[in-house]
Amino acid sequence: MTLSGKAVCIGADIDTDLVIAGRYLRTKDTSVWAEHVFEDLDPSLAPRLKGAVIVAGNNMGCGSSREQAPVAIREAGAVAVIAPSFARIFFRNAINVGLPVIECDGLVCADGSTVIISMEEGWVEAGGIRYPIRPLSPKMQDILSAGGLVSYWRNR
Amino acid sequence: MSTLSERILGGPAGSYVDRVVDRAFAHDGTGVLAMEAYRQMGNPKPARPETVSIIYDHIAPANTSQTATLQNELRLFAAEMGFALTDIGGGICHQLMSEGRVLPGEVVVGADSHSCTTGALGAFSTGMGATDMAAIWAEGSTWFRVPETISINLTGRLPTWCEAKDIVLTVTGRIGMDGGTYRALEYTGDGATALSMAGRLTLCNMAVECGAQTGFFYADKTTQHYLAHYGHTIQPQKVEEGTYCRELSIDLADTEPVLSVPHRVDTVASVTEYAGTHLDQVFVGTCTNGRYEDLERFAHIVRGKEVACRTIVVPASRAIMQQAAETGVLTDIIAAGCVVGPPGCGPCLGMHLGVLGEGETALSTANRNFKNRMGVGAKYFLGSVATAAASALKGEITSPEGAI
Ligand code: SF4
Repeated sequence: MTLSGKAVCIGADIDTDLVIAGRYLRTKDTSVWAEHVFEDLDPSLAPRLKGAVIVAGNNMGCGSSREQAPVAIREAGAVAVIAPSFARIFFRNAINVGLPVIECDGLVCADGSTVIISMEEGWVEAGGIRYPIRPLSPKMQDILSAGGLVSYWRNR
Repeated sequence: MSTLSERILGGPAGSYVDRVVDRAFAHDGTGVLAMEAYRQMGNPKPARPETVSIIYDHIAPANTSQTATLQNELRLFAAEMGFALTDIGGGICHQLMSEGRVLPGEVVVGADSHSCTTGALGAFSTGMGATDMAAIWAEGSTWFRVPETISINLTGRLPTWCEAKDIVLTVTGRIGMDGGTYRALEYTGDGATALSMAGRLTLCNMAVECGAQTGFFYADKTTQHYLAHYGHTIQPQKVEEGTYCRELSIDLADTEPVLSVPHRVDTVASVTEYAGTHLDQVFVGTCTNGRYEDLERFAHIVRGKEVACRTIVVPASRAIMQQAAETGVLTDIIAAGCVVGPPGCGPCLGMHLGVLGEGETALSTANRNFKNRMGVGAKYFLGSVATAAASALKGEITSPEGAI
């Protein structure tokens, strides 16, 4: 899987309440989440996510177990999220809903610049520099290539 | 020689293992999403329905007809699947799981991040998302990455005006919000052994605030005694020296009343530093501090006095509320001018029963003070029950030293 998109830089320790606020959770309509994604962090972010690669700081997605957070990011059109580290539940949830999450150290984010990701070869390219990424476990890779845990389970 | 995680999950730290899940639970929020995922999976026959609980606590009773409709759908689904449902008013899922539904050595998964709470009983308890929960319903098992462990050695005894909450906020401040990511915390030492089960549950509850998969206490005499109350006979777990990625030691005698300052749980400061800060609301409850011991401590401080700001007290479970009613603790709390809410999460997640207004400041005994969580444009501090009681009486942040 090779992915690419324009970088959208966000900070470190972005908690899931900031990804999608609790007040939008009482629905099953995923477009509501996409519309309000990152609203309490920066309301101008949501419209910029179509085809974007989100580059976050450490501990991306900390806080609650709400799966609406990675779903909101996916539904808003982001193709992947890169961070030096992710909170554990968010990381698992993202893979389970088919949102590629990539652990990568040292990447300097330039907002709007192109980021290319090669999952097979294990690198991310930004600003002309290639950075290695930490590989997923084989099971996680399978779940992600199936498009998420639901389709993985159905295809077994 | 291994850590408790390695013993329970059956693999060395860093390895991936597939394990049968002994207990699985979801609440009214995550349960709805898990139900959706389950249907998309083709509504398979659940592998071990007798091990699954659905507990209504997050918005219980329902606040809007939209919520009520989703809750009805989940009620019907639970009945169809043969899952045990605890409806509104039963209490917070983590508290109910701790009331005799989790035993030492078990693998427990909840669709909620604070599922680490029952690690206090010596179980491997952790939180996952809704789709993972659906897969667990279908298969009865899931994969785990065996965590590395941070060992936290507690020595000495707490000053009377301090409590488990002050320890856990201090620990969170020291480890940081991502210092424990993917790891487990093991609490040992004579200070740990001396802690009550309520205190242990408070400590393990907040393990996720530094990113940890779970927090642990080894099952001991206190655990045996606690579980005997629910009709369970258990064996203590032997403490072995494992390999730790980090070791901390805390002398409880040095603990002081502390706060988490908005909007980060790991920004921890002495209560005295913020003394005098005006408060619009005080909230006592949640899966961190809504236990009987907490209500009793709160009542002890406010008894015969009157609170000076809006104060909401929410027992973590029906059993706790009933006990507080029987002992008169509840009467003392009501007489002091507090509002008592139905057992459940209450205002913790900013959805109902005490949402904060813009520009307001509150003090809560919960575990998370993220921006806008308890109300858009509000800020709130996290602190102990004694700090909440002393502060409620003055309507401003107040150290409990001398109040108890
Ligand atoms: S009390 Fe608060 S932290 Fe605990 S489960 Fe409920 S919403 Fe979550």
